[in-house]
Amino acid sequence: LSIAADSHCKYIHTNLKFFAMTILRFFFTLLSRWLVIAVGLVRAYLARGSYHGLYYSIEKPLNVCPLCHIPGIVPSSVVLTGFQVMSRVFLTWAVTHSVREVQSEDSVLLFVTAWTVTEIIRYSFYTFSLLNHLPYLIKWARYTFFIVLYPMGVTGELLTIYAALPYVQKTGLYSVTLPNKYNFSFDYYTFLILIMISYIPLFPQLYFHMIRQRKKVLGHVEDYSKVE
Amino acid sequence: MDALALEAAGGKKVANGAAVAAPLPPPAPVKRKPAKKAKKAVVFFEVEILDAKTKDKLCFLDKVEPNATIGEIKSMFHKSHPQWYPARQSIRLDPKGKSLKDEDVLQHLPVGTTATFYFRDLGAQISWVTVFLTEYTGPLVIYLMFYFRVPFIYAPKYDFTTSKHWVVHLACMCHSFHYVKRLLETLFVHRFSHGTMPLRNIFKNCTYYWGFAAWMAYYINHPLYTPPIYGEQQIRLALIIFLFCQIGNFSIHIALRNLRPPGSKTRKIPYPTKNPFTWIFLLVSCPNYTYELGSWLGFTVMTQCLPVAFFTLVGFIQMTVWAKGKHRSYLKEFRDYPPLRSPILPFIL
Repeated sequence: LSIAADSHCKYIHTNLKFFAMTILRFFFTLLSRWLVIAVGLVRAYLARGSYHGLYYSIEKPLNVCPLCHIPGIVPSSVVLTGFQVMSRVFLTWAVTHSVREVQSEDSVLLFVTAWTVTEIIRYSFYTFSLLNHLPYLIKWARYTFFIVLYPMGVTGELLTIYAALPYVQKTGLYSVTLPNKYNFSFDYYTFLILIMISYIPLFPQLYFHMIRQRKKVLGHVEDYSKVE
Repeated sequence: MDALALEAAGGKKVANGAAVAAPLPPPAPVKRKPAKKAKKAVVFFEVEILDAKTKDKLCFLDKVEPNATIGEIKSMFHKSHPQWYPARQSIRLDPKGKSLKDEDVLQHLPVGTTATFYFRDLGAQISWVTVFLTEYTGPLVIYLMFYFRVPFIYAPKYDFTTSKHWVVHLACMCHSFHYVKRLLETLFVHRFSHGTMPLRNIFKNCTYYWGFAAWMAYYINHPLYTPPIYGEQQIRLALIIFLFCQIGNFSIHIALRNLRPPGSKTRKIPYPTKNPFTWIFLLVSCPNYTYELGSWLGFTVMTQCLPVAFFTLVGFIQMTVWAKGKHRSYLKEFRDYPPLRSPILPFIL
C-alpha cells in the first residue's frame, strides 16, 4: 500500500516539476524579450548617436510584450497585473502605434526605458525565485527601483497621451459621430482626457501599495539585524 | 431587482440545517415580556456573545427564555451596544460559520444551557425598499429630463424642444411605464426575505441604474436621433414584445407574492397558475428575469440604439448570475424540484 502511495506521490511530484519548469521557461522567455528590447535600444542609440527615432527599432517586440503578461501565471495579484497589462497594451497599441506623430517624442523613450528596466528586474526575480536561488540584490532592486521607475514611466505615459491629443482631435481617430443608424457616438479625444484624469486617483494607490509591499518584504530584514 | 434576486443575493444565508418542523414564533423580533409565570420548572439559558474576530466577550445575557429567538437576542444585544442595531448583527454558532436566522429558536439550536454565539458587524445597513425606490426613481426622472431636453444637455437651440419622431415619444412612455411599474411593485407587490443590505450597495446600484439611464436617454432623445431602419413594422413588433414581457414579468411577481403569506419568509417551489404568462414556470426557474430580458430586447429593437443594447447585455449577464444562484438554491432545498427547468433561458441557460 505504501509503495502505491509512494509512486503516486512521485507521479504528482514529476508533474509539478514539469509544470514549474514550463512556467520557468515562460518567465525566462519574457526576460529575454525585454533584454532584447534593452539591447536594441542601446545599439540603436550607439548607431545613430542620438536617441530620436529609437522607437522604430524596438516597435515589434515592444508591442508584443505586454500581451504576454498573462495575469494568473505571474505570482502577483490578478487585479493589479490585469490593470498593468491593460494600461501597457493601451499605451503601445491605442496611443503610440496608432498616432504615428508621437513616435518620435522623447516621452515614448521615457516610458519604454522605465518599463524595460522594471520588467528585466521583475522577470529575473521570478526566474531566480523559481530556481530557489534568489540573490538579495535582485529582490532589493525589484522593491526599490520602482520608486524612481514608476513615476518615470507614468510621466512618460502621460506626456505621450498629451502629445497625441491634438492629432486625435484633428483626425477624429477612433471616433464615431452622430447621426448614424446605431445611435451611438464615441469621442476618443475626450476618452484620452478621461484616461489621463484617471491616473490621479489610480497612480497614488498603486504607488503606495508598492511602498507597503516594500516595507513588508525588505523591512523584516532590518528587524532581524536589530535583533542580533 | 426582484424578490428572487433577494434570495439569490442572500444565497449565503440559506436555511442552515433541516427545515424547522416545530412551530416557529413570529419572525419579527418583538420584545415579549413573559406574560404568565411558568408553573413547571423552566430551564433558563445563558447567552454569551463573543466577537468573531477577537473573541472578546461582548455581552452576557442571563435568564434567557428557552424559546427566545435569535431576533430577540439581537434586540437584547442592541440594548447593551446601541451602535449595533439588530439589522447589522450577524450572530453565528461558529466564528467562520453561517449566520443564524432571526427565526431560529434558542432551544432548538445545538447549544448547551450556556450558549456561546459569535458576533460579526455587517456594517451600516439600509433597507431594501429604500434602495429600490431610490435606484428606480433616478432613471424615471433622468430619462424625462433628457426627453424634455432640459438645458445644458444638448445645444442651446434645442432646449425644451421635442423630437419629431413619434418612436421617441413611444420610447419615453415605455421607459417611464417600466420604472413606474417597478416602483409600484416595490411598494405593493414584493415580499422581501431580508430587510436590509449593506449601505455601500446603494451607491453601486444607483451609479449603475442612473448612469445607464442617462447614457441611453441621451441618444434616444438626441436631436440627431435616427429612427429604426425598418420603420413602423420594426417599432410595432418591438412594442408587442415589450408589452408582452411587461405583463409576463408582472404576472410572475404576483405569482411569487402569492407563494408567500404576508410577513412570512417561507420558500416554496413556484408552479404555473391559471395565468398563461406563468406557464413558463414549466421550463424556467426565474421567469421574471426571462421576461425582463425580453422587455429590454424589445426596447432595444424599438429604439435601435447601441447603448440600449449594451444595457440589455449587462443586465442579462447579471440576471443570469442571479438566476443560476437561485436555481442552485432551489435544487439544494427541494428534492422534488422539477428537472426540466433551466435557470433563465428554456433549455439553454
